[in-house]
Amino acid sequence: MRDVAVVSWAQSPTVRDAGARNEVELIMPVVQQALADAGLSSVQEVDFTCSGSCDYLQGAPFAFVAGVDALGAVPPIKESHVEMDAAWALFEAWLKIQMGHAESALLYGFGKSSPGELPHVLSLQLDPYYLTPLWPDSISLAGLQARAMLDAGLITEAQMAEVVARSRRNAKGNANAQLSGDVSVEELLAEPMYLPPLRKHDCCPVSDGASAMVICTVEKARSLGRPYAVIKGIDHRIETANLGARDLTRSVSTELAAAGAGVGRGKVDVAELYAPFSHQEIILSRALGLGADTVVNPSGGVLAGNVMMASGLDRIGEVATRIIRGEAGRGVAHATSGACLQQNMVVVLESE
Amino acid sequence: MSEENTEITMMDAPVYLDYNFTAGAATSRFLSAIKQGRLVGQRCPSCGKVYVPPRGSCAKCGVATREDVPLQSTATVQSFTIVYLPIPGNPIKPPYIIANLVLDGADISFIHLISECNNDDVRIGQRVQAVWKPEAEWGYAMENIAYFKPLDEAAVNPDEVGQ
Repeated sequence: MRDVAVVSWAQSPTVRDAGARNEVELIMPVVQQALADAGLSSVQEVDFTCSGSCDYLQGAPFAFVAGVDALGAVPPIKESHVEMDAAWALFEAWLKIQMGHAESALLYGFGKSSPGELPHVLSLQLDPYYLTPLWPDSISLAGLQARAMLDAGLITEAQMAEVVARSRRNAKGNANAQLSGDVSVEELLAEPMYLPPLRKHDCCPVSDGASAMVICTVEKARSLGRPYAVIKGIDHRIETANLGARDLTRSVSTELAAAGAGVGRGKVDVAELYAPFSHQEIILSRALGLGADTVVNPSGGVLAGNVMMASGLDRIGEVATRIIRGEAGRGVAHATSGACLQQNMVVVLESE
Repeated sequence: MSEENTEITMMDAPVYLDYNFTAGAATSRFLSAIKQGRLVGQRCPSCGKVYVPPRGSCAKCGVATREDVPLQSTATVQSFTIVYLPIPGNPIKPPYIIANLVLDGADISFIHLISECNNDDVRIGQRVQAVWKPEAEWGYAMENIAYFKPLDEAAVNPDEVGQ
């Protein structure tokens, strides 16, 4: 496999409501920032562009096509899109680089969830066959999962609150975070139930925003003369859409992806996990085999702000940034999609 | 067979999602102006092209269009088609003309209707003018213009229409 370098990452502030801004106005600033930070003057200087988004979030048909207006795609560029988090756009670009079809790629993801009712949008988005006729919303499904874990004695409500308290505390150092601050486990446990056993703070907030990233071969990164982090392993796995056929108290797909990406081949200094619900961070930490020597979600993670379709790419960006800054030598980024962690991607990043 | 014994083979069960849609900051400026009967495009600071309706960026250069450009309601036909097929829910009876029009002072076309003419007489390069609905019907929409009608002016060379 060819090593692939993460050269730049730009993220908009994560906000509850981006106001009047449309997809073009969300994407343009982060794309320009990511290109500039990679030492590139325009999208014409990368070989491939790939985005991740979902038009259902904002209720704007073909927003994923309209978003290309933000790029400056004249003359025409080689461009693709995934109806997934932009972490999967990165995977598509990573494959192109592996196959020698591209040396460099621009990735971006955007999500404007504020115009709709996100839990219901997610229940109808892409699954008209299996669960949608039952109208299960994403929070209720996560609640079933948390209940299964509590009943099996695998977690306690206090452990869930500890995840939230650490997220809010870590997010104080993240200028783009939506939720941050000092809250104690006791204060959190005193909060009323939302959808039992979940309290509101156990659920990630609804957010608007966008992110962009430039990746390329290590040779190209050297020629750009910018510091970079290297993708050493990447894998993603999917479990059945039939929740009744899954063991919701663990994440088999994350375990498989972790093995495929080679997480266990070295010490993990830092991990950024896409855990939209507090109990899921515990499931993921266990599936990845993370111990006390790994700093988990130093950005606050998505409990501090969750831009659908960009948060997975953000996890990769957060880990890469810490490696580039020299704060970590080796890290793991994780992205998820679907109900109760149905699909999971694991990326291992290292310093050069 | 009595009605209560009729086998039911199909049922409608529509599902709905409600959205609070926003057009975009730049497009909202355009829509606020058209609500008052004015057409306002936006100019690219890089290549100088004028977009109407504006979407927030110059698609060619990938930069924000911040400068507002007031425009007249005269335009040139860049391309057109005669629609013969009825479209469900569309109140306009075929045959009618849908055209790509380039407003004077703008560089990018938009789609609108052409009427008050013999359909067979419409040509690329033809000069047209907006026919606005009564002011009481104006909203935040391009439909404030009912349609465009031909102008008694010399046609523009088709190669010179738009960009």
